[in-house]
Amino acid sequence: MAASAAVRSAVSLTQRFVRVSPDCSICPLYRLNACTGATDGFTAPSRRLRTSIGVCQSGDSSSPEEEERVVNVVYIDRCGQRIPVQARAGENALHLAHKHGVDLEGACEASLACSTCHVYVSSEHYEKLPEPEEREDDMLDMAPMLQENSRLGCQIVLTPELDGMELTLPKVTRNFYVDGHVPKPH
Amino acid sequence: MKMMRMINLVRGSVMKIHGLSRASRCLAAEGGVRGLSSSSGPRVCIVGGGPAGFYTAQQLLKARQDAAVDVYERLPVPFGLVRFGVAPDHPEVKNVINTFTQTAQHERCSFHGNVNVGKDVTIDELRQAYHAVVLSYGAEGNRSMGIPGEDLPGVFSAKDFVGWYNGLPSNKELRPDLSCETAVILGQGNVALDVARILLAPVEMLKETDITQNALKALAGSKVRRVLIVGRRGPLQIACTIKELREMVNLPNSRADMLPADFEGIAEALKDLPRPRKRLTELMMKAAKEGGDDKAEKCWGFRFFRSPVEVIAGADGKRATGIRLALNKLEGSGESARAEVTGQMEDVDCGLIISSIGYKSIPIDPAVPFDPRRAIVPNEMGRVQDTAGLYCSGWVKRGPTGVIATTMNDSFDTARVLIQDMEAGKLDLSVNKPGAQAITALLQTRGVRTVLFSQWEKINAEEEKRGKFLGKPREKLLDVDEMLKIAWS
Repeated sequence: MAASAAVRSAVSLTQRFVRVSPDCSICPLYRLNACTGATDGFTAPSRRLRTSIGVCQSGDSSSPEEEERVVNVVYIDRCGQRIPVQARAGENALHLAHKHGVDLEGACEASLACSTCHVYVSSEHYEKLPEPEEREDDMLDMAPMLQENSRLGCQIVLTPELDGMELTLPKVTRNFYVDGHVPKPH
Repeated sequence: MKMMRMINLVRGSVMKIHGLSRASRCLAAEGGVRGLSSSSGPRVCIVGGGPAGFYTAQQLLKARQDAAVDVYERLPVPFGLVRFGVAPDHPEVKNVINTFTQTAQHERCSFHGNVNVGKDVTIDELRQAYHAVVLSYGAEGNRSMGIPGEDLPGVFSAKDFVGWYNGLPSNKELRPDLSCETAVILGQGNVALDVARILLAPVEMLKETDITQNALKALAGSKVRRVLIVGRRGPLQIACTIKELREMVNLPNSRADMLPADFEGIAEALKDLPRPRKRLTELMMKAAKEGGDDKAEKCWGFRFFRSPVEVIAGADGKRATGIRLALNKLEGSGESARAEVTGQMEDVDCGLIISSIGYKSIPIDPAVPFDPRRAIVPNEMGRVQDTAGLYCSGWVKRGPTGVIATTMNDSFDTARVLIQDMEAGKLDLSVNKPGAQAITALLQTRGVRTVLFSQWEKINAEEEKRGKFLGKPREKLLDVDEMLKIAWS
């Protein structure tokens, strides 16, 4: 309790779009080598307070620079299962998904020639992504169940301000309910 | 528990030894005999080695760690329309081949090329050898226009024209005459736009693609300078997608030539359109309005509200010199708008007519139900009607529309349904099925030898080698016998 309060006081609150670098060197958890990296306790405040805190990654004997490059992302797969992963800033969301066994196809291998890596981006993070280039919009136009917050996963490059982003894989089949129940043909 | 596992392991290796000796009698020097251990898991047969087949296989292998999947393909080479349909200047779309290659090389998957299902082996024989059979053989026929003169020289189906420039063996003798100035394409889907683009693209760009050398030479000597892409209905019903339209607009040394009358009322309708249709229509209107460089040597354009009624033959009656189009008016709006005749006609002079109004599936085995009106295998969510253990995915299931992503989703659906049926006990998995072993042996008695994936890779290596010599990613082999010779060398 006290420890997380100490961490929070070590981090300055900012406006939405400004990046903040936490000073891990003054955090008691870090100094005691007791930082456990991403936990609910750390990610929840960052969403509520709308800061962009890079979470300390355990095991890394690293400079604050490297730690701030960790980005937490949650994939929500087609069954609704949540898969939290840790990424480094600069990774792209398609490769990250593959690295962690998330079922996101990338037929054209990130060359903007298909729409199989279509994802829905959590709304507060969608705003933070750079505008899609025309070629991405062209491909998105072909994706089934296009929504306002649709993007191609291969074009999402992770930055610390996207920490906490949730990427939902579209349930592209209209034949199945979430719990696997199959409607009887009539 | 451990005892059972040990017993099964021993049983497995004994079966493997039996299997190997039997296999070595059947398969001689061929390598890549996989999946011969006594699999108490489900064995699934997939008919068709294109995107539908491979995506279905991928999902099955992932969902069941005990499933073995065999993919049968008529040609010695895999990948279907990814190899023979996707335009040569769209190489990134072909990257999906890497995914399919991974699937084919999976230890529980095997590929068998050079097998004509329906002729070399029947569906019933496959159903006896496997727990389930999935039909993924696509659409190898095409819809005909059904008009007089359709069989005249100078008239081609887009399927054949695309097959010609993409090296489909059965189209290698097509030899289209490209000495006319105007080409008319019927149909306004992505295939029609691909054909238009290949006809007008600069040869300097095409020569670095995997287009076949003979097509490249023919296009280098082509006199075609004007391509009209004709549709029955209006701009709001056009079936192509924005990427392909943008490529036409950006074609070097060409301008767009459309009829303002075709676009009446379109601007007002824009605001109510869903995003994809809106962006597409806006781009089309921009192209229609701006045209392009007047000095451009080539031009292309859409012609709307026109249906073909007759191919006009020249004075000698021996080849196409024009096409008669009926003018339509639109009843209704949106996707369901219908073209109605007005009685007016229009003749267009042209020497090349390409009909791009749809591919069409054909029945390959009388034992399989087939709906001739819709030209698909009748099914409920991928389960073939009235036929337990038989499934379908891809174009033969849904009809011949959609891009690779559509087929991917559809194949995943079929795989899920199949898995559900396995888990619900609808397929009797307690019976051991012999799978590829039995089928390969049967084929051998009929004088049919299969091409394994490792043997396709020899064909692949040869094509890449020949391509390198020409500055292209590959030079496709056009002759099935040559493919087989290299595969079995």
